Amino acid sequence: MNAIIDYIQSYLRTKDVTPGGDGNIFWATVYILLVFVGLSVAVIAMNWLERKILAHMQVRLGPMRVGPHGLLQPIADAIKLLLKEDIIPAEADALVFWVAPFIVVLAAFTVFVVVPFGPEHAITDMNIGILFMLGVSSLSVLGIVTAGWASNSHYPLIGALRSSAQMVSYEVAMGLAVVSAIMMTSLGEKGGTLSMIGIVESQYQQQEWFLFKFFPLGVIAFGIFAIAMVAETNRAPFDLPEAESELTAGFHTEYSGFRWSLFFLAEYSAMIAVSSIAVTLWLGGWLRPFPNALSGPTWELAFSLVPGLAFVFLAAMCFYNTARMPKHPLFRIQTMGLAGFGALLGLIGIVLFLPGVRERVQDVFWFAAKVAAFMYLYIWYRGTFPRYRFDQLMRVGWKVLLPIGLGLLICTGLWVMRVEVWHEVIVPAWLGCIGLLRRIF
Amino acid sequence: MHAMLDISTLHYLVLGAALFLLGVIGVLTRRNVVIVLMSIELILNAVNLNLVAFSRYWQSVHGGLSALQGQVFAIFIITDAAAEAAIGLGILIAFFRNKETVNVDEVDLLKW
Amino acid sequence: MNSSLAANPPVATPFFFYLLAAVMIVGGILVITRKNAVHSALALITTLLAQAGLYLMLYAPFVAGVQIILYAGGIMVLFLFVIMLINIERTMKERQFNKQWLVGIVAAGALGGLLIAAYTTTTGGRTLFPLGRQSYVDGDNTQRIAMLLFDNRFGTYMFAFEIASLLLLVAIIGAVVMAKKRI
Repeated sequence: MNAIIDYIQSYLRTKDVTPGGDGNIFWATVYILLVFVGLSVAVIAMNWLERKILAHMQVRLGPMRVGPHGLLQPIADAIKLLLKEDIIPAEADALVFWVAPFIVVLAAFTVFVVVPFGPEHAITDMNIGILFMLGVSSLSVLGIVTAGWASNSHYPLIGALRSSAQMVSYEVAMGLAVVSAIMMTSLGEKGGTLSMIGIVESQYQQQEWFLFKFFPLGVIAFGIFAIAMVAETNRAPFDLPEAESELTAGFHTEYSGFRWSLFFLAEYSAMIAVSSIAVTLWLGGWLRPFPNALSGPTWELAFSLVPGLAFVFLAAMCFYNTARMPKHPLFRIQTMGLAGFGALLGLIGIVLFLPGVRERVQDVFWFAAKVAAFMYLYIWYRGTFPRYRFDQLMRVGWKVLLPIGLGLLICTGLWVMRVEVWHEVIVPAWLGCIGLLRRIF
Repeated sequence: MHAMLDISTLHYLVLGAALFLLGVIGVLTRRNVVIVLMSIELILNAVNLNLVAFSRYWQSVHGGLSALQGQVFAIFIITDAAAEAAIGLGILIAFFRNKETVNVDEVDLLKW
Repeated sequence: MNSSLAANPPVATPFFFYLLAAVMIVGGILVITRKNAVHSALALITTLLAQAGLYLMLYAPFVAGVQIILYAGGIMVLFLFVIMLINIERTMKERQFNKQWLVGIVAAGALGGLLIAAYTTTTGGRTLFPLGRQSYVDGDNTQRIAMLLFDNRFGTYMFAFEIASLLLLVAIIGAVVMAKKRI
């Protein structure tokens, strides 16, 4: 046991590159398993959070029965899905029907190979990190198209065609926003880079999140990406292809049980993946707030207490809700369960206060917190916005986001090149874009 | 056996040649136009593999920036393949709308 | 991030090469022999992805990224769309290979013989490409490709780049004109 701990500590002390960059297969596999487990936990938590937050936004309670405050609902859902009958439509191509969910899951999970949770906490750091992420996330379109075709039925086919057309359209806008963020990395010391860790390091060196850089260009690029990523993952308000009132669940209509859960898993993983891209490119990745302005040992200490405080706060909320539970003998088990869950969260919080763990967990915590904020935004959008009709959706993708993206690209390029006459060029270019938009509307 | 384990440029060239042959067989023997187009994509991929393998060989033997010309050429070929696939499939759709068939050997009339 | 080759030597190169080569060959054979066009398309996708892996092994990460984005994520989506739009249920029951299949295979065999002869030729006691371990390659591949494209000292690839974008524009307009019912 001691030998194992020594081995782990010696590895963590001496490493300064990611396991993939080192060629270290063992630790790369460990990281892959960690990411896998973390993703699964995140998807389960997202399931519960989505139902609860949507319910509270709609002034109702959501699942309350299965565990204390519905905490065991995702597990009940998982058990139901695994035990459901496996139906394949008649005259559907069995091989393609079986393969399609796996393509989508493959595309959604392979993206996490380059996601940077910290300066060396990625599975690997490819030179073309962001290009790889964009490319592999576009492979999920293939899975959706084959799923719709293999179901041998009208609604899935139309849903698949619509969904893939939407995803392909918004990939263009995403690419333009990403390129304008990449151009901003070339102002750092190490020059321009496509690697995900390099992008965050560049933001650290330039002492500015790319969100605030070249105001308002960073914000607009982030806005374009934020809208395009919601459309890319087929989430509200762009979820026409899978809305139940429109196309009876679109391309995954004929999938039930375990196969549907694969699509569900892939959808949430894709959401987390594109949120990771947005966090890395514009929101500073794993950097804590103000890493350059508020530096020094006291500020480091203050910020390193935040993870522990967050978990202790969650534990306190659990205990408060335990006290508010109905005092009826039938609720005894639920009350004890909630108290136990609160104790578990409190324990994690206390572990995160320990000085050895505090510094190590900083990067991952801030990254996860920013991605969690994006997940909350996703759920908020779903509860707030009405659905776009398909032609409106395509119009937004091609006629609104693409011109804004192109104008943004030109303006960012000019600003990065420090063109001396930028103030004479930027304003007319911007007015040109706005005029174009007015003419379209 | 040691020669087989030491991966060199020749291995990539032989692989590229094999893919090229598979693509040529596909183009010459299949009836379905879509599969013929896919075989053409196989051929283009084999050519790309050759180019990138030679680029690597040049980099390792001579070095310098001009060794990357193979990769630049490969990128241009990929772009070209995209354009050609789009046009080919457009022609296929236009033809299918008229004659309701995708077999190459039923396209044998200049005017009907 | 840009570790040298000596610091992180390539891991199990022959294994990965033969694995990816086998995937590519099997995928290629499946492309040209399947009755169902969707099966052929899926086999071609696996071939393209294996090819991207081989590009990574050849230290060409940018070309690998472009291959995944454009070929596997763009062209194959186009193929699948068209396969779905045209009704090919009927064609799966018809004859798959055309009347000249024997001549086709003979021609391909002749081409294969030519290629084998070219690769095993020895002129003056030297083989065509000396086998041996390839040496160290440095630098940031994407940056160097960009320098090659834009720097006039190394070539006029900028012109070809612009012409390629014009070619894509022509292809877009051509495809739309071809596929529309009424112009």
